[in-house]
Amino acid sequence: MKYVDEYRDGALARAVASAIRAEADPARTYRFMEFCGGHTHAIARYGLEDLLPANVRMIHGPGCPVCVLPVSRVDAAIRLASQPGVTLATYGDLMRVPGSKGMSLQKAKAVGADIRMVYSTLDALRIAEQEPGREVVFFAIGFETTTPPTAVALRMAETKRLGNFSVFCNHVMTPAAMRAILTTPDGVPLDGFVGPAHVSTVIGTAPYAFCAAEFGRPVVIAGFEPLDVMQAVLMLVRQVNAGRCAVENQYARAVTPEGNRKAQALVAELFELRDAFEWRGLGVLPNSALKLRPSFARFDAEARFGVETLTAADNPACDCGAILRGMKRPPDCRLFGRTCTPENPIGACMVSSEGACAAHWTYGRFREPVRAVPIEGVLP
Amino acid sequence: MLTPRYGRLDLKAGRVEMTHGAGGRAMAQLIGEIFRPALANEFLSQGNDQAIVPLPAGGRLAMTTDGYVVSPLFFPGGDIGSLAVHGTINDLAMAGATPLYLTANFVIEEGFALADLARIATSMGAAAREAGVPVVAGDTKVVERGKADGLYISTAGVGVVPSGLDLSGDRARPGDAILLSGAIGDHGVAIMSSRENLTFETAVLSDSAALHGLVAAMVAAAGPHLKLMRDPTRGGLAATLNEIARQSSVGLQIEEAAIPVRPQVAAACELLGLDPLNVANEGKLVAVVEPQAAEPLLAAMRAHPLGRDAVRIGTVTRDDQHFVQMTTAFGGKRIVDWLAGEQLPRIC
Repeated sequence: MKYVDEYRDGALARAVASAIRAEADPARTYRFMEFCGGHTHAIARYGLEDLLPANVRMIHGPGCPVCVLPVSRVDAAIRLASQPGVTLATYGDLMRVPGSKGMSLQKAKAVGADIRMVYSTLDALRIAEQEPGREVVFFAIGFETTTPPTAVALRMAETKRLGNFSVFCNHVMTPAAMRAILTTPDGVPLDGFVGPAHVSTVIGTAPYAFCAAEFGRPVVIAGFEPLDVMQAVLMLVRQVNAGRCAVENQYARAVTPEGNRKAQALVAELFELRDAFEWRGLGVLPNSALKLRPSFARFDAEARFGVETLTAADNPACDCGAILRGMKRPPDCRLFGRTCTPENPIGACMVSSEGACAAHWTYGRFREPVRAVPIEGVLP
Repeated sequence: MLTPRYGRLDLKAGRVEMTHGAGGRAMAQLIGEIFRPALANEFLSQGNDQAIVPLPAGGRLAMTTDGYVVSPLFFPGGDIGSLAVHGTINDLAMAGATPLYLTANFVIEEGFALADLARIATSMGAAAREAGVPVVAGDTKVVERGKADGLYISTAGVGVVPSGLDLSGDRARPGDAILLSGAIGDHGVAIMSSRENLTFETAVLSDSAALHGLVAAMVAAAGPHLKLMRDPTRGGLAATLNEIARQSSVGLQIEEAAIPVRPQVAAACELLGLDPLNVANEGKLVAVVEPQAAEPLLAAMRAHPLGRDAVRIGTVTRDDQHFVQMTTAFGGKRIVDWLAGEQLPRIC
């Protein structure tokens, strides 16, 4: 397959792996965080760990929009969906995200809430057009990649004068999360980032400059194909060895320094920064998420339905927070693989197919027997 | 060793969710905790797609039943009618049975177009005639508008098992070879390409086909060396291999590079963020055979039109955890797991 097979060439991967082994200094350890769940997924799915030397460690980051959505926002979506006359349109991964008291959108659907899985914002818009008697709310989540499609849907709703369409906005921003990782007290020691792929096609490379300038951590923006990840690791090793610290772009076939200006302009026109937003695992972060501008308030589900986001605690035994910050690995969690599996996820990292726990469980759990830990008393 | 506690079904307050029908571990749990204990008997507990029951006058009968709720009802390469015939014949064939008769039950939603019903019935009849397995009895029910998704078909099938043949999901042993009859993912991609909210253009047709002819050729070639067969339908090759590993208490080691996937299917899966290993098939089979008979069996499969692209994809191993492990085309190792819930495109 053109433009795919080239990035999955086993022989080339082995050559890159040899270069990493040859250039990595055996006297030190390299700890690189892959920010995106897409990278985590590629590493697990293609068994890349087997190709890296033991002193080059990959640390899974928080870059999965499903994983970082806090319980309180899931609860709010369930309350929204349970209102009479409301149809909640959502991306499928969100269906199983646990809210509080073991509830999820999937369970709410099974007891009667009108919740529909969509593949795009335009599907949600189509439902609103076809069913004018219902209030259709699109449950918008994602990093900078998915914000422009939400903006397009809003623009179309405005043009079509749709009075029954609104957006429950949960769009969050990547640089804020990277800053939070780098400023966490006693945070995990990092030697660099494999930077976001699709996000960077929208925002470009410039927004990561602070990682290098303020925190002295190199960033290599990389695509989601396995060879992309391997090459990014080699580029990071070279930067570290040379004592350099820069934002480099491995994903030059899709990412430019300035990003997609048209998408950025559209987003800026419709959205503005929230003062603060709660992230699962990272806490409340300032200027880290978007909301609709007041001029689009009529399409804002939070304003329209008086959505109240009540604080809700994560399951105390769940280590998603520490895993999202790179402080723990999935098998370190007491729930991993025992009560928390993809069929019965307790934490969000197990829900999303790109979550660190789901990736490790699905592809990599043969690597290590998990030690037996009593779990009585920690069930949800 | 890690033994997951999947949690028991909440029989007081729990509800059926869509994942309970998706062919993954949740469905296995539903069957294991509700149907199997309620209906317990020695045949059901074997966990195969059909039961082999003794006849009072001697010989063995294979019986199966299946429901078809496919959406859309018409898809490239087939429709719900021919699918119902092929699927039920294949469930019998996987035991090495010669399928003899089918029955069909139609649950039709008020308002369903008669022209579509006639088209489906005609297709069903043609499939049955081509396979030489007639639909000998039927039943029709109509439910009010909104109480069914157009049309559901349930079929039952019976066949006879040749004496001396014993194929069952619990017979795989370390060292056995794992064979696959052809490229995977065609049916699932054909269905997805015609779903209302996901339409995309592809030349991929469903592989829906009756496999009893291929099976007869395989039985003739491998005889008692053939240990088991299973068709990787919903849940794809991954679910089928995991079922075999679990039923036989073994591990499976497969090679990604050996598994045929058509370029168009691979491309569609890339586009949608799906793994072909989890995508449904309706005209393929997996066979486990003693190693010395693997090559002759492959030759016999390749001589049949439905097994032209047959390949050996791996070996049965000893593994207390019953993992299906795969060497990736990259040379790394990974697990091939059951699908949890539905496969979904990436969000960002």
